[in-house]
Amino acid sequence: MTTTAKRPDPKDALKDASMVKQKDMMAGHYERLSRVEETGEGKVAATFVPGNLNELIMCFDLVNNLPEVNAIQSGLRKQSGGYVMDAEKAGHSEDVCTYVKSDIGMMARGNIGPHGKKLPDPNVLLLSYTGCFTFMKWFELLREQYNCETIMLHTPYTGDGKITRNMIEYMVKQLKEQVIPTLERVSGVKFDIDRLREYLKKSAQAEDDLVWVLQSAKNKPSPIDAYFGGIYYIGPIFGAFRGTDDAIDYYRFLREEVEDRVAKGLGPVTPDGDMGEEKYRLVTEGPPNYTNFRQFWKMFYDEGAVVVASSYTKVGGVYDLGFRHDPDKPLETPAEYCLGGYTNRSLPQRVDMLANYINEYEADGLLVNSIKSCNSFSAGQLLIMREVEKRTGKPAAFVETDLVDPRYFSAANVKNRLESYFQMIDQKRSGQRIKGAA
Amino acid sequence: MKTFVGIDLGSTTTKAVLLDEEGEVLGRGITNSRSNYKTAASVAGQEAAIDARFVLFRREFAGETSDLVEDFLNDLERSFRLEQFLEQVEDLQETCSGNVAGERFAGREAATRDAIGEIFIRLRAGASELFARGAKRKSDFFRDIAGSRYLTIAEDVAHESGIPYDMLLNVYDKSIIEVENRPPAGGMADKFRRALDRVVAETPEYEAGSRDMHEPVERALGIELEESYLVGTGYGRVTLPFSKDHIRSEILCHGLGAHMMFPDTRTVLDIGGQDTKGIQVDNRGIVDNFQMNDRCAAGCGRYLGYIADEMNMGLHELGPMAMKSDRPARINSTCTVFAGAELRDRLALGEKREDILAGLHRAIILRAMSILSRSGGVSDQFTFTGGVAKNDAAVRELKKLIFENYGEVTINIDPNSIYTGALGASEFARRAHAEGGTA
Repeated sequence: MTTTAKRPDPKDALKDASMVKQKDMMAGHYERLSRVEETGEGKVAATFVPGNLNELIMCFDLVNNLPEVNAIQSGLRKQSGGYVMDAEKAGHSEDVCTYVKSDIGMMARGNIGPHGKKLPDPNVLLLSYTGCFTFMKWFELLREQYNCETIMLHTPYTGDGKITRNMIEYMVKQLKEQVIPTLERVSGVKFDIDRLREYLKKSAQAEDDLVWVLQSAKNKPSPIDAYFGGIYYIGPIFGAFRGTDDAIDYYRFLREEVEDRVAKGLGPVTPDGDMGEEKYRLVTEGPPNYTNFRQFWKMFYDEGAVVVASSYTKVGGVYDLGFRHDPDKPLETPAEYCLGGYTNRSLPQRVDMLANYINEYEADGLLVNSIKSCNSFSAGQLLIMREVEKRTGKPAAFVETDLVDPRYFSAANVKNRLESYFQMIDQKRSGQRIKGAA
Repeated sequence: MKTFVGIDLGSTTTKAVLLDEEGEVLGRGITNSRSNYKTAASVAGQEAAIDARFVLFRREFAGETSDLVEDFLNDLERSFRLEQFLEQVEDLQETCSGNVAGERFAGREAATRDAIGEIFIRLRAGASELFARGAKRKSDFFRDIAGSRYLTIAEDVAHESGIPYDMLLNVYDKSIIEVENRPPAGGMADKFRRALDRVVAETPEYEAGSRDMHEPVERALGIELEESYLVGTGYGRVTLPFSKDHIRSEILCHGLGAHMMFPDTRTVLDIGGQDTKGIQVDNRGIVDNFQMNDRCAAGCGRYLGYIADEMNMGLHELGPMAMKSDRPARINSTCTVFAGAELRDRLALGEKREDILAGLHRAIILRAMSILSRSGGVSDQFTFTGGVAKNDAAVRELKKLIFENYGEVTINIDPNSIYTGALGASEFARRAHAEGGTA
């Protein structure tokens, strides 16, 4: 049984001006990547979103290429399914992260990017976040393929819930002794710490506006959807734009747009236009599904459910809890950034964060989207859910999908669980009313 | 009278429950879902309405519980089922004759029709036996009863007439789907009357003396069952032309239904055709938490269905065979896709059928235990629902594992547990009506 017979056409999705601008930026970046050889603009560094050191990369005139983002884009464009199957044919197991398999499959078919043009081979692989073990394996495969320099910046896991002086020093030492010298050698560009400071200053400015936007969801109704809409908002800052004037412009523009929605008392924009009445406010844990992104989102907005806070929009930086890139500490600040990423946080820290979100954003409960092929996120999710439930007294629910493998998206199953969850919230509310009246 | 209907559209069977204004169950109906939820919903609804008539007949006898009344009502039901069966047989015969067409039958149309006519003569002749006192039927669904008779008779007729068996089979396969997907015929009251006449003719003692059985039956038939509100639930709910107000999630319905059956229920396990659900409810039947299988339906009821097909057994025969085992095989995979392979593998290794079956039942329950623990464990009291709750071998394993993992827990299984979701839905319908909703 399928819930919607019509395959959503991205062309007829409604977008607000900031989404259009964001799309243009992302498209522009892909164009830039494709032309990097012919324009001689620089060399290419492949790296990941968590622990993305874009400011540092830019200091060496390197252009950043993010394999996860390529996989996401392939998922959104319905291309990842074929790539994943190709990778499986090549011997990668069914249980392997589907980002990896989408990437491998894409390379095998000539590395044609989501924009339909060939992506350049990387000159250097920069692995700066090691909390996900799969990332390491992924880069091993890429190193095999491209035979290029690989840099590994080891990020200690904050298992005790604290970033210690030691950890920062350890990472700064790696930056000084390994990362920067290698980047200099690969790029032929001498490291200039003042240039880094300049970029970091710009990062912080955009980060302020991003945080304002994310926290605007405390309004009722929330002017944004902090999960599905949030994916658009984090795109530039989690990707190749942090530290640029473009990012500053985008986040200012976005903030103004959201300020306007708050002033008018409007809810979020969905692909089908303005969302109707806000009935449920949710906090989500885990990545979304990308192969059926719009269908998944529709299951929320059709029921009047809006996500007011999500952990996923913090994987590339937990700015709302206070962290900002600091130009006065140019080497410590990237270290702290990597250490503080959401998935580098201990389970108790994640529980705190989610429980606080539920209280601060006055949410109805927690929804976990567990990703079939992502152990990094999924391990401990049920425990997180139970604990958040216990602390907040709010109902939680669990759905299961995948990042970019369309075979693991069962629309009827997901819809069933979501509807049950929404009705469960209703029942609890009316139960409470009865209790209150008695 | 006002009635409230709950319909649970499962992947395998569709169930309906009819409640009266006091929240008492008037009737229950079940049918196979036949991948046609609309017809299935209407058949199940009608079956529940038929069942409700018997409750009303009983009420007309004002609580008289003599053997005579009991026997009479039982005879009436059997006779009514026979009426229904004959009506559908008629339809099936016409459809079969109509389907004798095309290249395959070229030049042999008349002979094939004659053979089919002969099959139906014999099928009809044996019909009253199927519904005789004490007769056991493997299934109550027309497809199963008529199908097994047709196939057996067709074998003989093929032999005698020289018409290839597979041609007779082909006609049947095509026709049964058409017959099943036709909305049920109306005229219930007349069928009851014909059934009643037959009963009284066969057993005149019922009307001995001045006793008139027609009068109370007519009175009950005169009561109009008004469908005041309907709520649909289950896998097929979105395919029905119901508005949102008339749809509830099956998880909520199962939670509430289990609470209605056993008010002290705190944990519910439902194993249906393609879902296994672990549900935690509070003292009002409100769902606190739930977990269910993901898209993979391994270890759900359907799995047993495949195993039954693979072993050429009826679904209801699996449990009893597994109960004979004292050395269950160790089976780890409950993958429905590989169910047949697993089975053949084991048989090839020389393991006994009952041991394999017992192992399969255990594997199903192990999977359910994992879903239960993910939903928050098992709290006293525990209620087991869904089609698989009717399977003794599954229940035996469940009891064992619950005790091993959670200690002494009261385990409830209602004989009507398959109707749990529909019961919850009907109560939602009753509440919605009380709050001012209209059908």
